[in-house]
Amino acid sequence: MSDVFIALQDTDEARPIIEAILADNPKARLTHSPAMVKIDVPQRLVIRRRSIEEITGLPFDLQRIHVSLISLSGHIEEDDDEFVLSWKR
Amino acid sequence: MAVKAVKPYRFPPRDTVEKFPAPLLFIGWEDHFMFVAPICVPVPSEAPFQVVIDKVLPEAYGQHPDFARIEWDKVEWFRSGEPFRPDPAKSLKENGLGHKSVIRFRTPGLEGIGGAYF
Amino acid sequence: MDTRLEKKKLSLRERYHLMTRGLGWEPTYQPADKVFPFTTYEGIKIHDWDKFEDPFRLTMDAYWKYQGEKEKKLYAVIDAFAQNNGFLNISDARYLNAIKIFIQGVTPLEYYAHRGFAFAGRHFRGEGLRVACQMQSLDELRHTQTEIHAISPYNRFFNGFHHPRHWFDRMWYLSVPKSFFEDANTGGPFEFLTAISFSFEYVLTNLLFLPFMSGAAYNGDLSTVTFGFSAQSDESRHMTLGIECIKFMLEQDEANVPIVQHWIDKWFWRGYRVLTLVGMMMDYMLPKRVMSWREAWEIYGEQNGGALFNDLARYGIREPAGFRDAIDGKDHISHQAWLTFYTYNPLAAFHTWVPTDAELDWLSAKYPESFDKYYRPRLLYLREQEKAGKPVANKNLPLLCNVCQIPMFFTEPGNPRMICYRESVYEGERYHFCSDHCKAIFDHEPEKYVQSWLPVQQILQGNCFKPGTDPTAPGFDPVAAVLDYYELNVGRDNFWYEGSEDQRNFAAWRAAAQNN
Repeated sequence: MSDVFIALQDTDEARPIIEAILADNPKARLTHSPAMVKIDVPQRLVIRRRSIEEITGLPFDLQRIHVSLISLSGHIEEDDDEFVLSWKR
Repeated sequence: MAVKAVKPYRFPPRDTVEKFPAPLLFIGWEDHFMFVAPICVPVPSEAPFQVVIDKVLPEAYGQHPDFARIEWDKVEWFRSGEPFRPDPAKSLKENGLGHKSVIRFRTPGLEGIGGAYF
Repeated sequence: MDTRLEKKKLSLRERYHLMTRGLGWEPTYQPADKVFPFTTYEGIKIHDWDKFEDPFRLTMDAYWKYQGEKEKKLYAVIDAFAQNNGFLNISDARYLNAIKIFIQGVTPLEYYAHRGFAFAGRHFRGEGLRVACQMQSLDELRHTQTEIHAISPYNRFFNGFHHPRHWFDRMWYLSVPKSFFEDANTGGPFEFLTAISFSFEYVLTNLLFLPFMSGAAYNGDLSTVTFGFSAQSDESRHMTLGIECIKFMLEQDEANVPIVQHWIDKWFWRGYRVLTLVGMMMDYMLPKRVMSWREAWEIYGEQNGGALFNDLARYGIREPAGFRDAIDGKDHISHQAWLTFYTYNPLAAFHTWVPTDAELDWLSAKYPESFDKYYRPRLLYLREQEKAGKPVANKNLPLLCNVCQIPMFFTEPGNPRMICYRESVYEGERYHFCSDHCKAIFDHEPEKYVQSWLPVQQILQGNCFKPGTDPTAPGFDPVAAVLDYYELNVGRDNFWYEGSEDQRNFAAWRAAAQNN
């Protein structure tokens, strides 16, 4: 089973996104490098808008992740509520 | 195979022999990476092969401590990767070397500095 | 406080469709194939252009909004960096030589990418693909500009930054990235996308930007980290365009599969060869290191690339032909490249050096299979010669690979003792290559690569001297004439770091910064 990954900047704005990913993907593995965070998950990684909003208490547009995104792998599916990376869709 | 193109696609090769002072010869010294890659030198095709040994190689590799220790009668030569015995008295052309030919030489017993092929 | 009104908003999907579809039209004054003359000749068959969809569903209004935010953040940091003498806070001035390579060799590629995507956006049909290419074209122009802005503060204090645009078209080692991108830009739009969006952006750029930008952060280069990550946030979108475009071609027609496979083979290898420079930057040029080239290759090349090609197997795509040989090279190429630049340093616009003992030990630990056996003794000899005042300088012109244009220092897969030689004869002319894969690229399109502008051959043809130079004049020094043509500041831009003006200045300024 292959991993998908997402890399985000290690910034204040990205922190709730990172937290939400770790909460919603129990198999997530986090690696810190200077200035960035890489998260690997087997097969499928999901980012949920609601989870981020629950952490910050503010409305969040999923497209805002573009501001913090560094890199990713896998196929992408995005709608208003979820952003999903996966292999073999 | 050929290039796919919307119009006829043909351009002259950029490095034909008449553009150089003399045909290019590429030479590599096996097991010696100090000068990283085979060298590229223009050498007239009428020049005897001895010129390579007497002039071209000392200029290129003389700085290397192994160079003075080469026993030239034991050197093994290769032309386009195949073993070959150049006749030093004959010209490059007569030795089958043309524009952009590549030759290599191996110097048995000499394997570069620190045994690291340098 | 305002109450947030839950307006009935359009969904992301609906917005995307409204903002991208129906923007194109069927031409009536001219037949469509005259308006779009490049969409079919490469042999790619497309039945329904609308099947291409950007999974991010980014529309132009959202694009401007987020890009504007990124720019504001970036320029705030660049200003702060310059105002606070940021150039004094880097780990060591050796580090800046990696940034010199970046502005000399990478930034001009961003501009080429801008032009390439403008071309692709113009010549594709289907609005989804056109909009995605247009955004990327704008991104790439932004990257060119922000990199120049972010790196320019260093030009006020250090050598090797002053003339990148001039060097890009002339300097021998810059013909490697230049010819790579010109090869892509002179392909058709589909090959271009496979080359740049897929093979380079999706498969390989992680190797450049992630460890490198993280490395910049580690070495205190605030300016580079910020432009790097600002650019990289666009990169995810580019990578997505890459994989979506590959799937689009593969799903549209089975006959596309072998064409795409050939492009993947070619462009994986072309990109991998260019990244040799990055390997060298990671292993040798960062005073504080994040990871080795080998480790980065294993994560992003082998694991991530492996996962991708496993996934694409369902379309009949296999891993690139050069994948195994690339894996074989991971223990060697960064060292081979560094030794090349060290011995050719009199001819390059950045500095090299022999690593410190601690750095040599780091390299031994990271490269247990190869470093102590092949490369440490070589570096120690160079150090010894440098200390004795006779640094090893290579004055020979090297044989260059006719495709990647790198001096032929790469070794045979499985045999690091033997240089890899390959050759082809085409219409009576002989051509040389560094590998089976560069040879295969040539053999597939020889008419293209017979035109290669190989710096060594150009020097020998007398094309790399300034107008008015007389090579027959007594005492003519061809090397000096070539450096003059490059407009290199001899003695300041080139030669080894030890004893350089950069080294002296940095030490003096650091000392001054800590005292009154």
